[in-house]
Amino acid sequence: MSTTLILVVGAIVVLTAVYVSWRAGRLDRLHIRLELARESLDAALVRRAAVCLELAASRILDPATSLVLAAAAHEARTAGPEEREHAESDLSRTLRAVLDQERFREKLAETAAGPELLEELDAAVAKVVYARRFYNNAVGVTRSAQRRWLARTLRLAGHTAYPDFFEIDDDPPSAMAAE
Amino acid sequence: MRVGIVCPYTWDVPGGVQAHIRDLAEALIEDGHQVEVIAPAADDAPLPSYVTPAGRAVPVPYNGSVARLAFGFLSANRVRRWIREGRFDVLHVHEPFVPSLGVLACWAAKGPIVATFHASYPRSRALSVSAPVLQSAVEKITGRIAVSDAARKTLVEHMGGDAVLIPNGVTVSRYAEAEPLPGWDDGEVIGFLGRMDEPRKGLPVLLEAFALLAPERPQLRLLIAGPGDADEVMEKVPARFRDRVGLLGMVSEEDKVRAYHSVDVFCAPNLGGESFGIVLTEAMSAGAAILASDIPAFRRVLDDGQAGALFETGDAASLAREAAALLDDPARRAKLSDEARTAVWKYDWSTVARDVVRVYETVASTGVVEEDDRP
Repeated sequence: MSTTLILVVGAIVVLTAVYVSWRAGRLDRLHIRLELARESLDAALVRRAAVCLELAASRILDPATSLVLAAAAHEARTAGPEEREHAESDLSRTLRAVLDQERFREKLAETAAGPELLEELDAAVAKVVYARRFYNNAVGVTRSAQRRWLARTLRLAGHTAYPDFFEIDDDPPSAMAAE
Repeated sequence: MRVGIVCPYTWDVPGGVQAHIRDLAEALIEDGHQVEVIAPAADDAPLPSYVTPAGRAVPVPYNGSVARLAFGFLSANRVRRWIREGRFDVLHVHEPFVPSLGVLACWAAKGPIVATFHASYPRSRALSVSAPVLQSAVEKITGRIAVSDAARKTLVEHMGGDAVLIPNGVTVSRYAEAEPLPGWDDGEVIGFLGRMDEPRKGLPVLLEAFALLAPERPQLRLLIAGPGDADEVMEKVPARFRDRVGLLGMVSEEDKVRAYHSVDVFCAPNLGGESFGIVLTEAMSAGAAILASDIPAFRRVLDDGQAGALFETGDAASLAREAAALLDDPARRAKLSDEARTAVWKYDWSTVARDVVRVYETVASTGVVEEDDRP
């Protein structure tokens, strides 16, 4: 009688352990995906600021435009974690103000280095939009997995913090919008 | 980049997803990328050199219709081997909710995975039931693309999260040159292409405008291509003008291109609901002078009237007035045609493929695709 009981209890313990380790494994995979998405997003933001600085330093633009652009890009690069979303949104707005000027693209296209810089800027702006979408998707999935009862009770997330969405205004300049 | 594309539907059966993958793959190859596609197909099926067959697809009822899908151990093994030997920088899966090669690929791979969602449908029972099963495969997807707002909405409703919107492209060069259809190379011709029996396509507005114009313009004819009931259309045309209306019905791809080259004015009288207007971009590629209703989607594609004339949506008198003005002004038609040919490059596959490559680069910066050994 007692052997059956031991067997049943043993089976339950094993099954529970397998289930918990499976949930923990899934959470672990989600954390890795989140980390990679965060790296992509950081890379995309750094790249965008770098292209903006390059454009500002290229002597193609008038000095006032250069200054506005360089200042916004610099703010975005140096902002602390608290101000980062604000600074990046400001850079998006500055880019719109600069690129949506009358005949801006045509004038830039006439210069030697212009077309290549425009192409790089187009790509950098689009990649910020893409990377942020993908990152926020990863945040959403990870959050709901961390919030589950089992994950909370057994602290399956370990020391990983509850992730935050990255909310910025990343609307591209109208001349760049894909449609 | 080395790109592996996974097609869920049989390669040799025509379909929107297959055409999308073919055009994307060819645009990427043109751009210097190395592309491999895996698709359900028999081993002896004639395939382009970049397509690997994953075995014959079986017809199964799924989500309310019968689809030809590939699944089972044989397909799973072939997909796994293809991923292992492909050493891709990025894996691009299409329709990963469909129980076919897409799910198998997500299951067998890890690393940068991009998925494109094509279909849109209301909440489906099949998906609600299978969502937990798909979850672990779908959670591996790093970047999600939707081809339309409707597809994006479907995705959000079923799975949550968001996707970036990259619409279908048009292969401009395929429409650029063609002979007019026999018997349609003279006089004044207004053209229409689309389902005749779908009110939103706006054919009745065009027929009404035609009845207004026909008495004053003896040379004017109407060329209509698209599926629908011919008698129903003819009923709306006054009897004495019926011999000046040509109904082609459903046309082949080749005749469609010739139809665009047969018309003096191409009319898109849609009443709304069009998210993009693929017909319009095809007509622009052919260099047709376009007259379209001023719904927001068309206004955007036609650059606010630069690349095609606009009339008041649903207003036959406005359509007739604008059409008459265009027919009387060959110089303006030529200018609109030139503008259209230039403006449509934004929607060419080469441009669309560039956006897709940007998505690839965004996700591939963090590693390469590997075989997933975990069960």
